Amino acid sequence: MIAFAALLERLLFAQARTAKLALLRQYFAATPDPDRGIGLAALTGDLSFAAAKAGLIRELAAERTDPVLFALSYDFVGDLAETVALMWPARPANQAAPRLGEVEQTLRTAKKGEVKAILAAWLDASDASVRLALLKLITGGLRVGVSARLAMAALAEMSEGRASLAEIEETWHAVAPPYASLFAWIEGRGPRPSAGAAPVFRPLMLAHPLEEADIAALDPAAMRAEWKWDGIRVQLAAGPGGRRLFSRGAEDISAGFPEIIAAMEFHATLDGELLVMRDGAAAPFAELQQRLGRKAVTAKMQRDLPVAVCLYDMLFDGGEDLRALPFDARRARLEAWHATTRPARMQLSEMIAFPDLTHLAALRDGARAAGIEGLMLKRGDSPYEGGRTKGLWWKWKRDPLSVDAVLMYAQRGHGKRSSFYSDFTFGVWRADGALVPIGKAYFGFTDAELAFLDKYVRDNTVQRFGPVREVAPGLVLEIAFDAAQASPRHKSGVALRFPRIARIRTDKPAEEADRLESVLRLTSA
Amino acid sequence: MSAPHPETWLRNTRAGLFCEPGGFHIDPLRAVDRAVITHAHSDHARPGHGAVLASAATLALMRARGIAGASERAAAWGEVVRIGDVDVSLQPAGHVLGSAQVVMEYRGSRAVVSGDYKRAADTTCDGFVPVPCDVFVTEATFGLPVFIHPPAGEEIARLLASVALFPGRTHVIGCYSLGKTQRLISLLRTAGWEAPIWLHGALVGMCDVYERLGIALGPLNQASGAARGQLAGQIVLAPPSAVADRWARRLTDPVVAVASGWMRVRQRAKQGGVELPLVISDHADWAELNATLDDVGAPEVWVTHGSEDALIHAAGLRGMRGRALRLVGYGEEEG
Repeated sequence: MIAFAALLERLLFAQARTAKLALLRQYFAATPDPDRGIGLAALTGDLSFAAAKAGLIRELAAERTDPVLFALSYDFVGDLAETVALMWPARPANQAAPRLGEVEQTLRTAKKGEVKAILAAWLDASDASVRLALLKLITGGLRVGVSARLAMAALAEMSEGRASLAEIEETWHAVAPPYASLFAWIEGRGPRPSAGAAPVFRPLMLAHPLEEADIAALDPAAMRAEWKWDGIRVQLAAGPGGRRLFSRGAEDISAGFPEIIAAMEFHATLDGELLVMRDGAAAPFAELQQRLGRKAVTAKMQRDLPVAVCLYDMLFDGGEDLRALPFDARRARLEAWHATTRPARMQLSEMIAFPDLTHLAALRDGARAAGIEGLMLKRGDSPYEGGRTKGLWWKWKRDPLSVDAVLMYAQRGHGKRSSFYSDFTFGVWRADGALVPIGKAYFGFTDAELAFLDKYVRDNTVQRFGPVREVAPGLVLEIAFDAAQASPRHKSGVALRFPRIARIRTDKPAEEADRLESVLRLTSA
Repeated sequence: MSAPHPETWLRNTRAGLFCEPGGFHIDPLRAVDRAVITHAHSDHARPGHGAVLASAATLALMRARGIAGASERAAAWGEVVRIGDVDVSLQPAGHVLGSAQVVMEYRGSRAVVSGDYKRAADTTCDGFVPVPCDVFVTEATFGLPVFIHPPAGEEIARLLASVALFPGRTHVIGCYSLGKTQRLISLLRTAGWEAPIWLHGALVGMCDVYERLGIALGPLNQASGAARGQLAGQIVLAPPSAVADRWARRLTDPVVAVASGWMRVRQRAKQGGVELPLVISDHADWAELNATLDDVGAPEVWVTHGSEDALIHAAGLRGMRGRALRLVGYGEEEG
């Protein structure tokens, strides 16, 4: 795994997408099967080892290093795996560093009690770079900023025109690590792997944000409008070969939503928004969030947080590919299909009639319902094209709300920001004169603003609680957010959706920050 | 009469380490009458001294920097110079050209001040010579077990692999003008890079002195003279401060590399916007520091600057007495 370790190191420091693509291409081209396929799976998060955890690494460190030197080193480095990788006292081993394929195969079959000795032998045979890759790999923390989509884009470039990104995305769920058939296709040594009858992911069509400058160029008669729901975009793919629910990033999230899978008694591929819905009304995103990222879901969660899909589009009807048809024709097919199929937990996205854009703008600004972010505008003649083609679909979010709040606490960030106080808790004044926290923001600021905030926090700390610093109330932050929701779980009684720091208001005294009553007035039930 | 312990005649003052029976300071932090200078880096060689004893190369580099003393005395390696009641001699430290350890003998007691040093091979300066002594005064810039510098040739190979992978981009390496610059050039030449190496103007003066003192560096060009696009695929050396400055606009889609021992720790490297960290240092790594303690065999070790705690602990584990000298003001320039 020497090549993989070198790749990880360069990816960690590479900033430009083109540089990352070049590094990935070179790795895939120069590394043999099955190592490169295992590497691909590790990068895309499709590889996990239950056998080795942080506790095991601590045990190894305790056995092989001096406790004082380890403590001083860990204190300096700040990361357990990196500390151990850097200071590991390698015993000369008559053994080469392990290959990635060997690591994967060995750990997959090793018994729990054997892992420590195996790992120690590998660490002895490796240099610091390989040791770090190994420790990060088995504890599941590569974090080098490579998405599955970026890895696929590298494969598309590598194929020299044999496979487009869209084709690779559609093939992705038909192949599994170490992806020998995928590489054979990419390199022109084999046919495109067939999914057989299994449902596959089709690249989603994405929208551009509508800017003021774009509005004048729009022809209202050619556009169709729908609500932009604040859930997660999903693709439903079902047929005789199975049923799958995909996220917009092509991740298979079927296991987390068994009730949707159960309702997919049809043969079609649909595009929609997954929402928590009660009596036909969408709940705030915060409720859906509690169901995301789960491998399994309890009956109670299904009852308390019932999900449904608002259907936007139809990509396949049975085996028929509708994607080249214009939006209007696909919509007609979707409506007809919905009327006859009547799937449970699925409703059609409402088409909004509008005489002109002024009228539409008024609708957009008036929409403060919990589940609505704004409007979608789609050309009636647009085919369904994967990716973000400009001029066909637009998203027109309503203007954010904002509040002037006071900085209360700060916490250091992670990774690149680990030396900066970059997570900020802010609050507003309650009627009794107390400052109550209403949310946390960790983006929206420039690097220069971050440097300012970091210094402000260090200079105005009044108390420390572990990694958190309490700051003397004095700095006003203008916080932009998409919605405010009443929330009994928060001390303030309100939760903000998508808060970010819009401006640092050094011009405004803290006493003049907003009052809690005015924030509560912004909430939607 | 037994030999006096060095702690009775060598002490830490506000101006730095002072040898009382010799009446001189070593690498003083402020102007003094008599100074022994280990090497020409600006945190060790400061302006305004009266009489200065150093190696001939260090004196030449100090003159080029405009910080020569009022009078100079060059000592060859091993040449004994009597100052007051003390016999002083210099031995190579392997840090940069001219860098020396200061060996002091007073009434049968011997102390050695290492200055900054390394043990790895370097074609641009003479290699470190261990001198047995009663007290060894060592730096500890990289005094933690996490700092192990890989062979410099491997790091240069990574640089050249990156140049091959990104032929349309400029590789710019942030490095200091004295020592690191010339070592990088020399390592590149050893690795077979024969093309001109481009320099930021601030690095040219020290390279000239090296060449005058017999260190061949091969063809060097000034980056300020390059035409637009000419630096694509080239290797450029510049002071770290210039890499993020307007000066860098002449570079083509630069890959920013930094050559320093600190690059060993990733999060630390990542904070600086580095795309290619190269672990190349002019200081001893943890293994070299410990090996040097064994080589000089001193029963007592004084640690000047860096991570003292870990090295003192490690000295204690092998039965040596360790003590932190807590000199301030060093370690600002290099890594």
